[in-house]
Amino acid sequence: MSAFVAIVKRDLTLALRRKNEVITSVFFFVVVAALFPLGIGPEMNTLRLVAPGILWVGALLASMLSLGRMFATDYADGTLEQMALSPNSLSWLVAAKILAHWLLSGLPLVLLAPILGLQFDLSTNALWVLTLSLLLGTPVLSLIGAVGAALTLGVRGGDVLLSLLVLPLYVPALVFGAGAVQAEISGLGASAHLSVLAALVLVAAVFSPWASAASLRIALES
Amino acid sequence: MIWNSWNDFLAMGGYGLYVWGSFGVTVLCMALEILWVKNARAQALSQITNELVAETNSKEWS
Amino acid sequence: MIHKLFFYASPQNFYPLAGKLWPFFAALATALTVWGLWLGMFVAPTDFQQGEGYRIIFVHVPVSWMSMVIYLAMAFWALLGLTFNTRLSGMMTQALAPTGAIFAFLSLWTGALWGKPMWGAWWVWDARLTSELILFFLYLGHIALTSAIDDPRRADKAGGILALVGALNVPVIYFSVKWWNTLHQGASVSLTKGSSMAQVMLEAMLIMGVAFWMYAVALALYRVRSIILIRERHTQWVADLPEVRAQTMKNAAGGANV
Repeated sequence: MSAFVAIVKRDLTLALRRKNEVITSVFFFVVVAALFPLGIGPEMNTLRLVAPGILWVGALLASMLSLGRMFATDYADGTLEQMALSPNSLSWLVAAKILAHWLLSGLPLVLLAPILGLQFDLSTNALWVLTLSLLLGTPVLSLIGAVGAALTLGVRGGDVLLSLLVLPLYVPALVFGAGAVQAEISGLGASAHLSVLAALVLVAAVFSPWASAASLRIALES
Repeated sequence: MIWNSWNDFLAMGGYGLYVWGSFGVTVLCMALEILWVKNARAQALSQITNELVAETNSKEWS
Repeated sequence: MIHKLFFYASPQNFYPLAGKLWPFFAALATALTVWGLWLGMFVAPTDFQQGEGYRIIFVHVPVSWMSMVIYLAMAFWALLGLTFNTRLSGMMTQALAPTGAIFAFLSLWTGALWGKPMWGAWWVWDARLTSELILFFLYLGHIALTSAIDDPRRADKAGGILALVGALNVPVIYFSVKWWNTLHQGASVSLTKGSSMAQVMLEAMLIMGVAFWMYAVALALYRVRSIILIRERHTQWVADLPEVRAQTMKNAAGGANV
């Protein structure tokens, strides 16, 4: 347990020393949420309709931007190799890194989302569901993204390749996340969507650290 | 035989563009793919032989 | 029997076997295509609702099926390769991917050409077409990843993990897209809505399905031979291959003016 906590603390400390990386992806979310209305038009009825999708896609893209950083610096300076050689289970350490990544890129999006949702005139209930859906959904994004980040470690053109790999796998989270908000808006209730999202988090939390660790070992042994 | 004439067959009851567009592109893709794998094999063979020849040549000179 | 299987797990032994097998599959594919097209284009009657336009199903449905079957095959070889650490499994996965991607593309293309006359739009966001689109992206991602990694063994293993992750996700993706689609009743039509299909139509479709399958196997076997050649090019058995010797003689004779 202490190794887990140590890794989380370490990653947070290191990231907070280079604050601009964290801030840029958050800023990206804000900008995207503002760009869409500029592209679509200010008609509030339209914006209210498309808000769940726009906000969710914005959060998804912002979260994806920071994936490359998850393992890259540790890979470059040899820390990752030490982690693989340590007596601790690599999956456990990877889970710690994923948690740290989520705290830095996912959680800020969750906190920002209701504010941005106001720009689209979402009702209070819808804003609640939006926040909840992102709270459940962004961990899924970090978890699935970790596998992609591990697979593309050190590969040429890694970042773009990472996006190509990971976006199809993000579709279920997007469908149920944005769908939850839409269900709330249309009065159908979001509980079903949110339950599925919760299930996705659980399944991803079980499988992803293990798959990511396996992918990291592949990257390390070459 | 259900077609009264070649023209009927080609026209496909008005859907000719879509039917032949589908079949045509499918055949085209398959033909291209076959050419591609043949080419890949030829390239593999020539790469191997070039390397082998270069190897034997370098051995002869040394 | 198991011993036999492990014998062929070596690329050196699989190479001649694949060389003997692919022509059979190619012949089968050709024969079945001729038969299937004969049934589909010259025997099957006009559809009551869709006129002659429905005949697109004789390519659309087979390529869609195959795009999914091939992905499962890739995942199977990936699982084998990661479990037994065999080189050949990774090569088979990479040999299958391009054909699968092309079939996924054809599924989308023929789907669009079917959709336009039937429902007036080149694209509809129905659950199956959308899932097929995502499958196409999964194929492209796999090919991109394996081409970007220089070390072949790492490419094999990474591709294997990606194929497995993808295969496990495909049902989830399909389910979520289906859910997404039914709640947004835009085009509430299904591409294989069977007002019970005439026997001949079904038969032709199945025959074409098997025909495309045989084609895919033939191509994969042919392609894996080239992959084996490149990967094993520094071995003696490759240098001793008749086709390599013949070409080496030619090259040596031609370039001997040193």
